[in-house]
Amino acid sequence: MNVLIVGGGKVVYFLCRAFISKGYSLTIVNRDSAECAWLARRLKAVIVHGDGTDLQILEECGAERCDAILAVTGHDQDNLAICQQARIRFNVQRTLAMVNDPDNEEVFRKLGVSAAFSTTRIITSLIEQRTGFEDIINLVPLEEGKVNLTEVVLRDISPVAGRALSDIALPENSLIAIVTRNGSPIIPRGGTVLAAGDRLVVITLPENMGRVIKLLTGGR
Amino acid sequence: MAGDKMLFVIVIGCGRLGANLASGMSAAGHSVVAVDSRQSAFDALDSRFSGYKIEGDATEFAVLQQAKTVSADLVVAVTDNDNVNLMAAQIAATVFKVPRVVARIEDPRKEDIYRALGIETICPATLAGRAFMASLESTPPKGAHNA
Repeated sequence: MNVLIVGGGKVVYFLCRAFISKGYSLTIVNRDSAECAWLARRLKAVIVHGDGTDLQILEECGAERCDAILAVTGHDQDNLAICQQARIRFNVQRTLAMVNDPDNEEVFRKLGVSAAFSTTRIITSLIEQRTGFEDIINLVPLEEGKVNLTEVVLRDISPVAGRALSDIALPENSLIAIVTRNGSPIIPRGGTVLAAGDRLVVITLPENMGRVIKLLTGGR
Repeated sequence: MAGDKMLFVIVIGCGRLGANLASGMSAAGHSVVAVDSRQSAFDALDSRFSGYKIEGDATEFAVLQQAKTVSADLVVAVTDNDNVNLMAAQIAATVFKVPRVVARIEDPRKEDIYRALGIETICPATLAGRAFMASLESTPPKGAHNA
């Protein structure tokens, strides 16, 4: 797979190291010549010095031959410009961007970028998962936000505590994928009986997520 | 602009051009919101400006929401950064469905991409180039004087 990466810093370095070990062929665009030299000494990748939002630079990097483009500069506006030019001018199928503003994850998707990730949102979500103060935690959105992966903690008042999965009428397009009890995960079957204190990982479509959460927690 | 109808206009970027536009539109009776990431930029607005000023980065979604972009009739993106203009203009047109969005761009090579995204552009370099060419073409050749 040919991947074009625009950006710099340690993020790009470690991303590239991971991608190279997977056998991807990489081109990196960076506007700082010293950083280009640093990357070139350490990575088996094509390094191009220039502004990745510049059409001509993208063309010189062979944007039209790449399978995916990854825009990870520190500026949301630059990452959007990179993805849009790659998509519209060079017909790149997969455009991925890193964003600072968590709101821009959804905004970028609406504007046609395949996927946008906010490090702020990811870190917030990880902290929530680790500290576990919340009963309902949105984990990662899958399939470009069309599938939700949510963690739900069952309290004593939960209407499903003490009931077997097969007795629970889950709405269509939803699934209880993992039950974690006392720190050990179980992949549940129909006979699995839920208990207060269980942490469930639930897969739903966004439109029925509300109903599923209500069914499991009794509230909200 | 349609006759004497009052428009709700958002001007993004309050530099020389933005301040001029915002002041002029405000003087013409339109309802104007000026957005700039630097508070000091609003000093460039003249006494005719009676609209709102929002200090904020137009690439931050919450700032565009605060400016009530969803109710705007016209959004003009004239910061000094092409990519900021491109992003704010796209969000205004696609997410907030603003009926008319115009952006200023410095790099004429980016005009196509804006057009593909349905955004009107004004490129000072292209306009100046055309004006110079027109003026050059109307210059009589040197030999003409001696004829």
